[in-house]
Amino acid sequence: MTGTVESETELVVLPKKGGRRGPEVQQPRRPGLLKFGHWWWALPGIILVILIHYVATAVGGFFAFTDWSGIGDFAFVGLDNFVKIFQDPTKIGALGNTLFLAFASVVLSNIAGLAIALGLNRGLRSRYVLRVLFFMPVVLSPLAVSYIWKFIFDYNGPLNAVLSAVGLEELAKPWVADPTWAIWTVLIVIVWQNTGFAMVIYMAGLAAVPVEIEEAAAIDGANLWQRFWHVTLPSIRPAVAIATTLGIVNGLRVFDQIMALTAGGPAGATETLATQVYKQSFSLGNFGYGAALALLLTLIILAFALVQQRVTNGRPEES
Amino acid sequence: MFRYTKFTALREVVFWIIAIAFLAPFYFLVATSFKSDQETLTTTALTPPSSIDFSNFIAVLTATGNSNVIMGLINSILITTGSILLLVLLGALTGYVIARSTRRWSRGVYYLFLIAIVLPTQLGTVPLYIGARTVGLTGSIWGMIVLYTGMLLPLSIFLYAGFFRGLGTEYEEAATIDGASRTQIFFRIVLPLMSPATGTVAILCGLIVWNDFFTSLIFLGGSANQTLPVAMYYYIGSLVSAWNKIFAIVIVSMIPILAFYLFAQKRFIQGFAGGLKG
Repeated sequence: MTGTVESETELVVLPKKGGRRGPEVQQPRRPGLLKFGHWWWALPGIILVILIHYVATAVGGFFAFTDWSGIGDFAFVGLDNFVKIFQDPTKIGALGNTLFLAFASVVLSNIAGLAIALGLNRGLRSRYVLRVLFFMPVVLSPLAVSYIWKFIFDYNGPLNAVLSAVGLEELAKPWVADPTWAIWTVLIVIVWQNTGFAMVIYMAGLAAVPVEIEEAAAIDGANLWQRFWHVTLPSIRPAVAIATTLGIVNGLRVFDQIMALTAGGPAGATETLATQVYKQSFSLGNFGYGAALALLLTLIILAFALVQQRVTNGRPEES
Repeated sequence: MFRYTKFTALREVVFWIIAIAFLAPFYFLVATSFKSDQETLTTTALTPPSSIDFSNFIAVLTATGNSNVIMGLINSILITTGSILLLVLLGALTGYVIARSTRRWSRGVYYLFLIAIVLPTQLGTVPLYIGARTVGLTGSIWGMIVLYTGMLLPLSIFLYAGFFRGLGTEYEEAATIDGASRTQIFFRIVLPLMSPATGTVAILCGLIVWNDFFTSLIFLGGSANQTLPVAMYYYIGSLVSAWNKIFAIVIVSMIPILAFYLFAQKRFIQGFAGGLKG
């Protein structure tokens, strides 16, 4: 436990090599000046965060082991809720969909975002305008964006119109209502919206790569791919860590897009853990069961955040 | 070395084509929203509207009951503004203490907030809902402001703490010598110096609150006070594939944030790129 905390400390708190160390050695202040006595300034924030994040999460974790319906009495049922989850094919399916959407969207939007960032990095006269355009979907609400795409995938929508215009009528189908294709429509919407975000993170990372190193590599005869693989990519590792961590954590919580596009259908083909938590807790009144699903989702998200932190050696505090 | 060549010009053209294809969904959105009911059914999605007709927008904006769009717009503005103000005040105060305090616990408190950033909201939602219902915060604008402030405070504190650490202590020391109190130093010297941080916090948190659907669906669902996403969700649920009306309300919901984005796009992009890196 202690070991974990300490290495975690180094990972997170150390800002840059040669920079400030920890808070203790941070400011070699002259005594008397700037002694900080107003610690109680932090109290409202600390209390609010403990209540809303920690107490609520802990209570939710407790309900995961009960059969509470939201009103009246409840009984402690141990691991029954979890046994029920793993015996229910729709819940296993929701788990699979959640993982699929999170990973596939991260891979696709990061590749697309990195490609655009590399293409726009330098040289292009209109790169700032293009950057603004590609980033635009990021600021829109996922709900509103999903309605636009629902229309595009509609049976009478533009996608099928284009398909039949180029003579591929037999490929036209009601995409959102098709059990095989519905999940892919959700994926496309997420990727479309997240690409601009990945692009901006990568552009910021690329801006920190000194042009001299790339020029030196080019003079040494490295081709475009070698320059990217051996020079650029290692330099933007922190950007990769940030973009993928945030992408996975957000991808695991996908909710709005599903509610707008498919509402979990057809026949549960696009249910995710987040939509199941909502339906069980608030539509069906199975608070205990919903909490167990939420606990499962929480554990998955925390596990991935931790693994990601380790693998990429990401330092979220780096500036 | 990297000069503007024919290859660069070609790259420029290719990227403009990609950008136009990328933003094609907006064409369908705008074109369809101006079509009449008859035209929506008879023309394909690619056909532009025969005339610019605002009747869909008028119909959407004047709809009442569970789908009161104007009310949703006002509620969203109130909730977002209130949350931003509280997030800036509490985030700056707490972030400042964490960055400046020499006490041992300040590092522990920092981790408390760091972990809270990744902690998913779903698990806490049920107890929060019950707690908020008990004290009468569900269905009210004040309740949402308190809730959003608590939920996004770790992000706000994390950003502020990062910015405060980068700020040298010279100004504060000089002010101390001049006899200013802690409170004076903070509100009259430090906070004004932090305006880039405040901009980042306001944009990132404001965007999350403005676009949030899950929290407001649960805490405001069924009440008269609804935010724009919830009002939009219920309104669209009551329409059956009337895409011209659906798109009119989608555009109404997009205009405020899109206008703000185009006005302050540089700050938005910097906020996302720099802010999330800390």
